[in-house]
Amino acid sequence: MDLNYSNEDLAFRIEVRAFLDAELPADLQQKVRKHLRLSKEDSVRWHKILAAKGWVAPGWPVEFGGPGWTATQRHIFEEECARAGTPQIMPFGVNMVAPVIMAFGSQAQKDYYLPRILSCEDWWCQGYSEPGAGSDLASLKTTAVRHADADGDYYLVNGQKTWTTLAQHADMIFCLVRTDTGVRKQEGISFLLIDMHSPGITVRPIIMLDEDHEVNEVFFDNVRVPASNLVGQENRGWTYAKYLLGHERTGIAAVGRSKRELAFVKTLAARENKSGLPLIEDPLFAAKLASLEIELMALEMTVLRVLARPNQAPGPEASVLKVRGTEIQQALSELMVEAVGPMALPFDPAYLEGEREHSLVGDDEAAPLLAHYFNYRKTSIYGGSNEIQRNIISQMILGL
Amino acid sequence: MDFNFNPEQLQFADALKRWIGRDYGFEARRAIIHSQAGVSDAAWATLAELGMTALPVAEAHGGFSGSAVDMFVVMRELGRGLVVEPYFATVLGAEFLRLGAQAGFAAAELLERVAGGELKLACALGERQSRHDLFDIATRAQASGDGWTISGEKKVVIHGFEAGALIVSARAGGSEGGGQREHGGVLLFVLPADTPGVTVTGYRTLDGQRAADIRFDGVQLTRAQLLADEAAGADILDATLDYGAALLCAEALGAMEALFEATLDYLKTRQQFGAPIGKFQALQHRMADMFVHLEQAHSMALLAAVKMAATDPVERRRAVSAAKYRVNQAARFVGQQAVQLHGGMGVTDELPAAHYFKRLAAIELQLGDSDHHLARFIAQPGFATGVVEAEAA
Repeated sequence: MDLNYSNEDLAFRIEVRAFLDAELPADLQQKVRKHLRLSKEDSVRWHKILAAKGWVAPGWPVEFGGPGWTATQRHIFEEECARAGTPQIMPFGVNMVAPVIMAFGSQAQKDYYLPRILSCEDWWCQGYSEPGAGSDLASLKTTAVRHADADGDYYLVNGQKTWTTLAQHADMIFCLVRTDTGVRKQEGISFLLIDMHSPGITVRPIIMLDEDHEVNEVFFDNVRVPASNLVGQENRGWTYAKYLLGHERTGIAAVGRSKRELAFVKTLAARENKSGLPLIEDPLFAAKLASLEIELMALEMTVLRVLARPNQAPGPEASVLKVRGTEIQQALSELMVEAVGPMALPFDPAYLEGEREHSLVGDDEAAPLLAHYFNYRKTSIYGGSNEIQRNIISQMILGL
Repeated sequence: MDFNFNPEQLQFADALKRWIGRDYGFEARRAIIHSQAGVSDAAWATLAELGMTALPVAEAHGGFSGSAVDMFVVMRELGRGLVVEPYFATVLGAEFLRLGAQAGFAAAELLERVAGGELKLACALGERQSRHDLFDIATRAQASGDGWTISGEKKVVIHGFEAGALIVSARAGGSEGGGQREHGGVLLFVLPADTPGVTVTGYRTLDGQRAADIRFDGVQLTRAQLLADEAAGADILDATLDYGAALLCAEALGAMEALFEATLDYLKTRQQFGAPIGKFQALQHRMADMFVHLEQAHSMALLAAVKMAATDPVERRRAVSAAKYRVNQAARFVGQQAVQLHGGMGVTDELPAAHYFKRLAAIELQLGDSDHHLARFIAQPGFATGVVEAEAA
């Protein structure tokens, strides 16, 4: 047993740190660290900086433009980015649709879409969820009927997707659509790439409880999609969807980001006072903080144990990491609010959106925290609710 | 990083597994814990034959110089087997002797007897007022002539009745009265259990182990029996308690794994409402949560074992207190849920699951409960600064 990183890994960490020191714009870093909302331009800017370095798609094979890192290097990279406070690379193109295109797409799809994902030419969104489906993804009703005319083969798509993250910015959406209604519900599903600028698509904002416009409903009304935008075979989409869902094993734990947030809570707690003493010296608060820190230490060790296993394929252990990782993120968001108390109450959207330099009350670190807390309730719901993850653990790992 | 055990470690585990499967099954263990002695000479002889008593002892003293990770492997198997022999107490005593030897104590002969399985040890540390703070020592050691006189009473000394020699903590006589919980003034002694003035009262504990209250009434000790003086005593006590806590984490992990497997098996076989009860989602989610606890506890028990080799004591204390806290949490959750999931059967003495539950509850009370270790974690330098470094090292 040897829990030391290799010298190569340590050198790699230093290289990543040096890069982030030099290239991460200070204004973006501040926005992330202060829990302000990022614009599309913010995201694209950071994407292009990483792309120029060849580091925007750590999980991709070298032949498609990936850096060829080991799983441990990818972990180190994610941890360092999270610790520094980089914007997150939008996963929909790089981490979700790209692996599916690589594994199941046509040569033409690979040649066209993959370079555009790397360069952020296209902003992708994900069309999986439908109203009423929840975690029962296969119950989807959006239909795609195949036709042909003088312009070639095409699908006519009708239906509705929902919870579509940042669809208001998107150029492309990857969709699960029903192409056969006469078979078992998992068997009549296809995987389509759809241009968001197509006639017949309407995007309607859903405003979340923190009053942020992060997700949308997307309506399809006789949308014409070229048949060449079908990935793989018709009616095999469920297989591709499952491939995508299980692709990420350890990043889902978000250990690096939680470490940064833990340090942030400690900074707040050292600054805040309770009965004349720094809050961090309050035994009740310190106990909550310490037990959360220990939980995070345990999660990090669990991630490292998963990483060290020779099997690189996705596994149900991701469910353990998702449950604990999101519970820890939520607990951190609670402690942040508790740390600043009533100073979390003022709501200042203009400050949150970066339109104003300081918050209304001038406590710039405290003002976004209640919105952040509300926003993070999503983490135990999205990506397969934590209840679904418990089903996966009990059925796939425990055999119940 | 390499989380694999080496071939020797796997051999130790296999040997223990085979022995426990063959000779230390549930009924055999029941007979032992209800016997007059409460422990088995035959089992002890086998542990010695398998090299377990030699494992933690240095090669120079006839042992194998086993690391804390080696001991992790052993304690995990003993936890799985619910072994009640005085092994942990002896190993903890051996760690006192090892560190004492580094500080100049003549330990060779004692350690050779431990390695050979001829000498069992017990550590008389806790007192009525100590609770989990084993630096809270009222037992007094007065310099007298060329040696020392000690007086006081130690409570719930695990396997105190079975031991041939005792390691005893005492406070140097010259210390101020207010210094009872201070780290200065801690002395450690080694003495034969039959030294005049020592009274040992043995009893059972509800988890199937044995313990003793031990009174020291003006016990005369020679200068040679001082294991650690005031300069070294506190550090040795602190390090050994960490070693013990790390080993208990490994034992708890083994017990939790066995209990978890037994519960899973029960859920797959016990039928109710026409289906195995494991088909019910409420119980599935309970098992999933137990699994998450088990994984997190496993990670932290490993971290504690690995960090016993840390050169910085703060790093060691931080890891051990985090581990004992986290393992305690898991032990309580897994133990209670396992009993609940076994239904009425779970609250009977007939069922192995109940005995795992009892052992896990007992481990929580040994060498620091959750509150103790959480407070100690918070008290380490650096907690408040917000600097969180990578834990793996």
